[in-house]
Amino acid sequence: MSWSWSAFLRYLPAGFILHGVWTTVWLTAVSMACGITIGLIAAILYVWGHPVARACYAGYTTLIRGTPLLVQLVFVYSGLPAFGIRLGVAESALLALSVNEGAYVAEIIRAAIEAVHRGQMEAAQALGMTYWKAMRVVLLPQAARTAVPPIGNQVNSMLKSTSLVSVISMEELFRATEEAIQSSFRVLELFAVASIYYLALTGAWTLIQRAIERRLARSVTRRRGGPGDYRTMPPAIESVTPT
Amino acid sequence: MVEVLDVHKFYGSLHALRGITVRVAPGEVIVLVGASGSGKSTLLRCINHLERVDRGRILVDGHLIGHREERGRLVNLPDRIVAGQRTEIGMVFQSFNLFPHMTAAENVMSGPVHVRRAPRAAARRTAAELLERVGLEDKMQAYPSELSGGQQQRVAIARALAMNPKVMLFDEPTSALDPETIKEVLDVIRQLAHTGVTMLIATHEMGFAREISDRIVFMDQGAIVEEAVPGQFFDHPQSARSKAFVDAILAR
Repeated sequence: MSWSWSAFLRYLPAGFILHGVWTTVWLTAVSMACGITIGLIAAILYVWGHPVARACYAGYTTLIRGTPLLVQLVFVYSGLPAFGIRLGVAESALLALSVNEGAYVAEIIRAAIEAVHRGQMEAAQALGMTYWKAMRVVLLPQAARTAVPPIGNQVNSMLKSTSLVSVISMEELFRATEEAIQSSFRVLELFAVASIYYLALTGAWTLIQRAIERRLARSVTRRRGGPGDYRTMPPAIESVTPT
Repeated sequence: MVEVLDVHKFYGSLHALRGITVRVAPGEVIVLVGASGSGKSTLLRCINHLERVDRGRILVDGHLIGHREERGRLVNLPDRIVAGQRTEIGMVFQSFNLFPHMTAAENVMSGPVHVRRAPRAAARRTAAELLERVGLEDKMQAYPSELSGGQQQRVAIARALAMNPKVMLFDEPTSALDPETIKEVLDVIRQLAHTGVTMLIATHEMGFAREISDRIVFMDQGAIVEEAVPGQFFDHPQSARSKAFVDAILAR
């Protein structure tokens, strides 16, 4: 079948496509919010250093980062019912994406906290702050500046990883596209439409991320390239892509 | 004010402090001297419990630091209580350790606001006074990255003073500084010494040590070798090791 501009233009604003885009957006937003929460808690527990917390952390990150997201999704949707836990499509997708994301964000935040100079905790404690107060007031604000760029990268990655939830029949952008292809056979036009929306979403996110990073950097450095200029500091850790 | 009684500290097999005993009276200025690795920093870090002592005890203002005594045995105190004890002990570090995400004023306010829960406006006034006292009244809104080493260290001193501590510990406060900024920091410490604050200072600045200290404590390999008034220590060192140390300094 040859390329048809009219089909392309017809699908671009189609209702089922826009609905798919919206599903991809909220799935990403909610999973990311949950993932960051899980990751933050996991990282703090790890850095706290209790052996049991560290063992749980190691088990969690190893298991999640060592198995494909696809397998995790199918396990939550089709495997958990064997244990009497029956979740709907959206619940399964959210649970799997959040728990998966949490492991990656945990590693990012853990490394960011550990990258804060040891003297910072000592100085805070010497002033009379408890460990947890020092963590909140001194360490986490500094770790946040290191962690934001790689976490932003995770959001970009998540926007595309959500396409995997199509295997448990969640109607996000990719699944909506595929279903239309099966009835219309307009493969090129429909994948072009889907790609444009994915590009638009990741492009918009890149702009948002830049704004967030600028805002965080502004409070620390007015003098570019100074010793505390987080913009010229290399990222502490490489971001990692799930699936 | 500070009593260090037969304190031992081990790092693995390294015996870093070997039975240190020092008593510091209120208002007294003690300078710890000795080669790097002699245990000066470790001793200071034990006094505010950044390092746990393995044997012996440390009392500040009569309170056992980091522990409580139960039937002759030492029991660790919870973090919250230790944190409260540390509010009475100011510490200035070799590497300043200012909080880079806070302005100079916010650094100085951080103790009063986050530990004492002082109202921000009052804390800001105190911070302004303290920064003026260390000659940085025009740097209230500057971030540490915008300040020189000497300025950062003076902010760090103001930050410690903001808690109104009973004792100030200085852990080689000028060792990380350029020669031209050392003086401005020493001047601030000197001025502080005259106000009657109890101080323990580890330093390699011997002229300064001689000038401001009430007593010199010379350490070597984790032990106190000699304790004397500065004139006595520098002019007539008693032991062979302190004599070698003083001779090496005078030859410099």
